[in-house]
This record gives sequence, C-alpha cells and structure tokens, in this order.
Amino acid sequence: MEHPYLYVSAIFALFGPGAEEWAFHHVHVLYSWVVMAMLLGLGFLATRTLALVPGKGQNVMEIVIKGLEDFLVSIVGEEGRWLLPVSATIFLYIFLSNLVGLVPGFFPPTGNVNTPLSCALVVFFLTHAIGIKYHGIKYIKHFTGPSIFLAPLFLVIEIVGHLARVLSLTFRLFGNISGKELVLGILFMLAGAFFAPLPILVLGIFVSLVQAVVFFLLSSVYFAGAMEHAH
Amino acid sequence: MEAEVLKALIAAMTAAGFGIAIAAVGCGLAMGLGLKAAVTGIARNPEASGKIMTTMLIGLALIESLAIYTLVVALLLIFVAPQGVSFTGLLGQ
Repeated sequence: MEHPYLYVSAIFALFGPGAEEWAFHHVHVLYSWVVMAMLLGLGFLATRTLALVPGKGQNVMEIVIKGLEDFLVSIVGEEGRWLLPVSATIFLYIFLSNLVGLVPGFFPPTGNVNTPLSCALVVFFLTHAIGIKYHGIKYIKHFTGPSIFLAPLFLVIEIVGHLARVLSLTFRLFGNISGKELVLGILFMLAGAFFAPLPILVLGIFVSLVQAVVFFLLSSVYFAGAMEHAH
Repeated sequence: MEAEVLKALIAAMTAAGFGIAIAAVGCGLAMGLGLKAAVTGIARNPEASGKIMTTMLIGLALIESLAIYTLVVALLLIFVAPQGVSFTGLLGQ
C-alpha cells in the first residue's frame, strides 16, 4: 500500500527532494525526534517553577515518577534505586512513542522494528554491565547452573535464553504496535466514514500503556536477576 | 515453474492463517485460566483487589505476547515470503 500521509514528514520534505526521500523512508527516526522534543518540552514545563508544595503540572510528574520508583524498588530492592533514570526513560519514551501512533497523521516510532530493538539492546548490555560490576569475574557463575559437571550444557542454555530475551522484548513491543497500526489502516480503508477505527483506538490506548509497563517490568526483573547472588 | 511458485505462496498464506488461529486458541485458554484465578482471588479477599488486578494485567500481557510472536511470523510469511521465494530463484525462472 502507498505510504500514508504523515504531517511531520511533509513538513520535513519542504527542505528539498533529498530530504523528502529520507523523510519518507526513515519515518521512525523522524518521529523519534518528535517524541524526544515532546519529552524535553514536558520536562521543561514541569520543572519551570519547582516548589515544595507542588502545583498541578509538577504534581502529575511527581505522581508518575514516584509510582515508577516504588514499582522499581519493589522488584529490584533498595540497592537498585540508581536504575530509576534508565528505566523511567525507557518507560516514558516507549509510552509516548506508542501513544503518538493514535493521532491520525503520525507514525509511532515503535512501529518499526528498529526502535524496540534499540531499547532491548540497551537493557541487554546494561544487564551484563550490572552483573560484571556487582560480581566481577564470578558473574560467570550465573550461567553455569547448579553443578560444575553440567556447566557446558547450562552455558549454552543460558546464552540462548539471554538472546531470546532480546528477541522477546523486541517482538512483543513491535508486534503489538505494528499490529495495531495494520488493523487501524485496514479498518480506515474499509469503513472509515462510519468511524470503524474507534474501538481499535480505545484498545490502542490501553495496549500502549500495558506494553510500556511490561517492558519496564521485564527490564527491572532482568536487572534484579543480574544483581542477585547465583544459585 | 509458475505452478510451483504459486503453490509455495499459497502454502505460506495458509500456514499464516492457521498459525494465528491456533495461537489464538492457546492464548484464549491460558488467559481464561489466569482470569479465573484472579477473580477467585478477588472474591476471597476484596481488599487485595488492586494488587491482584495489576498482577493479572501484567500476566495477561505476557501471555498475549506469545500470540504476538505468532502474528509476527504470520506477517513475515505473508509479506516477506514472496521475496524469499524469488531469492531462491524460483520466481526468476
């Protein structure tokens, strides 16, 4: 099907024919910039007048960040509190990226497989960095299983399991969001005049939030698994 | 050669359709079991309904992700299989 009309790509295309081709082939990068600008603007607006008794905007952001922090500490424990910036960034970025797909004329950056893959790779490398930082060379004991005789078998199983984590994180997020986009596109093509995509849009809000929460939860569980002592 | 290409593509489309249907069956059964346990928990202890509902939603999302993997494979079969078939030289001949 022909590429749908996307506002920000059309604005970017005013810069010339080379920019137009780039803008329509790399839509996810362009809309990533849009989401980043939105997040920066939101952060700037929320912290413009920091007060001990918060106003409305600061109150909302405090509720969100406090909720994320409590959720993270309940999974990782007290020593994992320093992981809040990374995890909260991943959550807010994925949540906002999923949500912009609901606006007609916008494309969600997570609808292309590269964006969820980049987030999953960050989580994967951070997990191993945490393990090496906390345990040193003994981190290899996480991969060898309960007894030394079964170590080669368990090494293979654990390595495949870790690679499967990256794949599962990526495809869960990508499949949900691109599936939603496909269904929206098809319904719009079939019966757009009768507001047929509306139930999918309502479901889409729910799915966007749940997928961001699941990504946040699973990355916290992986961090906790790297920090704990081996069996 | 044309008949073989057509048979390969029809097989890919049929597999995609059946794959999603079977994944939906398994997913529905598993989510039903999880939901049943959650409702039983709330019925026994209505005060814990917040925690139970949060756990249930997270569990449902994780179960649903298995059906989403099947969806991704089905999309690969429908949209990328023709390129794969041409790559192995069938379409070129």
